[in-house]
Amino acid sequence: MKVVLKNLTKKFPNRNKKVGGEIIAVNNFNFEIPDGKLIGLLGPSGCGKSTALNLISGLLKPTSGQIFFGDADVTELPPENRGVGLVFQNYALYPHMTVRQNILFPLENLKGDKKLSKEVMEQKMLEAARLVQIDMLLERKPKEMSGGQQQRVAIARALVKRPDVLLLDEPLSNLDARLRLQTREEIRRIQKETGITTIFVTHDQEEAMSISDMIVVMEKGIVRQIGKPQEVYDSPVSLFVAKFLGTPPINVFEGRVKDGYLYLDDQKVLAVKGTKDGDVWVGIRPEGFTLDENGPMICHMNGVEVMGRDVSVVSTHKACVSPVIRSIISAESKVDPASENVRFALKPSKVFLFDKNSEERMEFTL
Amino acid sequence: MEKQSLKGWLYLLPAMIFLGVFMVYPLVDVFIYSLEEGFNFVTQTSYGVGLYNYSYVLHNSYFIQAVKNTFLLVIITVPISTGLALLISLGLNSIQKLRDLYQTVFFLPYVTNTLAIGMVFMILFKSTPYSDGMVNMLLNAVGLQSIDFIDGPYWAKMFVLCFYTVWVVLPFKILILTSSLASVNQDYYNAARVDGTGSLRIFTRITLPMISPSLFYLVITGFIGAFKAYSDVVALFGTNLNAAGMNTIVGYVYDMLYSDSGGYPSYASAAALILFVIVLTITCINMLVRKKLVYI
Repeated sequence: MKVVLKNLTKKFPNRNKKVGGEIIAVNNFNFEIPDGKLIGLLGPSGCGKSTALNLISGLLKPTSGQIFFGDADVTELPPENRGVGLVFQNYALYPHMTVRQNILFPLENLKGDKKLSKEVMEQKMLEAARLVQIDMLLERKPKEMSGGQQQRVAIARALVKRPDVLLLDEPLSNLDARLRLQTREEIRRIQKETGITTIFVTHDQEEAMSISDMIVVMEKGIVRQIGKPQEVYDSPVSLFVAKFLGTPPINVFEGRVKDGYLYLDDQKVLAVKGTKDGDVWVGIRPEGFTLDENGPMICHMNGVEVMGRDVSVVSTHKACVSPVIRSIISAESKVDPASENVRFALKPSKVFLFDKNSEERMEFTL
Repeated sequence: MEKQSLKGWLYLLPAMIFLGVFMVYPLVDVFIYSLEEGFNFVTQTSYGVGLYNYSYVLHNSYFIQAVKNTFLLVIITVPISTGLALLISLGLNSIQKLRDLYQTVFFLPYVTNTLAIGMVFMILFKSTPYSDGMVNMLLNAVGLQSIDFIDGPYWAKMFVLCFYTVWVVLPFKILILTSSLASVNQDYYNAARVDGTGSLRIFTRITLPMISPSLFYLVITGFIGAFKAYSDVVALFGTNLNAAGMNTIVGYVYDMLYSDSGGYPSYASAAALILFVIVLTITCINMLVRKKLVYI
């Protein structure tokens, strides 16, 4: 089922009573989540992504705006009538119930026409448990399981009623690095198998990029960019989005455009046509550098970090705002860590210019 | 290894000495007293050793009355006070405004002296030929006869005692239960809401199991506290409890120790040990029930 947000806004009164006023946690959201897709709500802590999720689940009422599931307006519906499944960051499994009882719990709530027989409930419970591969742990209590297993139970409990929309709040943040990789693949698989529209919240850009069909990048309650992960990465609309996506992070410089050329410090590094002259922010992705003995960009060499397939050249430059420049170079190219300077040529598609004041992207041609 | 454990015992020694002198020795001493027949406090001599003291106490009508009173008090006040405290805590937990004020009001009896409260209750409930207490005035106002709650029929006295006990133990229970309710993670309730759980089911399936450890703690301490009731009865009915028919087991022990001609420490010891066995049994039963009801 597709989910549509129209002018969705949520304001909270400011906790600090002396300051007063309101905090806008979700500011005028307008976007559509296509049916059967996996969407990542991505942003730094406190940007309002969990609030957005709670609005969609119905646990919070919006200050203004509307939410549609399919064509139905669900803005005024309580959570239980919306057909959503919600997985909490800490899983919120009932500690006094076994896995079986936890998964059965939502089914036992059904009343009236929807009431199910014991056999059907049991069957649905088993189905959900098999889907997340915990059917051998049904008699365990939550505290007798690992974090990853608890996570699966939480997903099974959210899925057992076959919701139209599955919501996951920071689903992986309580897991260790290895389990995180495994579980995110698992979430992807479950989503593919069930075809349920899934929205998940995360502050980890790598997580969002790796499994989402679409990502929504948020900052301070405002949607900054929506798109396929690769598109957003390749074409960020603002300095914030560019800085937020990618590991290692993008290298940021203070540059200047003059007569169709980009200058970093005094070095004329790239031809940039179609932009006006003046000071700009320059973002260069780590993979945007190529070693070139005659390259226009001369950096002071700090060292080389070997990462197996690639090497990371760590250097500094006068115009660089980040503490160091990290550039990813194929391990086959020879770099001498002892040399004083390193010269780079730049790949134009990996170089972004941003307005000095508004920090918005400025297009250029070669 | 040997040396290590020796060191460990050495660290424990001060505590062990204190416990031994002030807890174990008196216990053993009470046990010995209870077996010495015809013990004379003045001459510190006895005729012999046997179970006569127990037999005397168990056949003593005052003791039987005391046991009956105590059991009634326990059975009536523990469920009522715990249930009432739960209701009030749920109420306190669900309001935002004036919560602190109500919490303070409910907590006041806890910091007030029991004897003082007892005096106030006595004045509230009394009925003498010269003046009626507040409660009797109210009864008269709705057209009922005055009842002497302090020196009248047994059920009236029992009612006042239970009322008073519930009122005195309530604050502590409310305190424990409100904090216990507040510590239940809000996410459980949110999860239940998303799953469409009715409020009664949320209470029985989530809230109650979550607070069951504190609830159980309150039941056990409630039982033990009620079994040891004494000062409350004195505050309400004075020191001549046997005559009032309102004695408790601890009251009986006390009377036996300090009655005329040096008292009867042997009878007192026997009664104290019987109380000890009763409390121990009830607590063991509670513990067994706990395993079935409490999830942790």
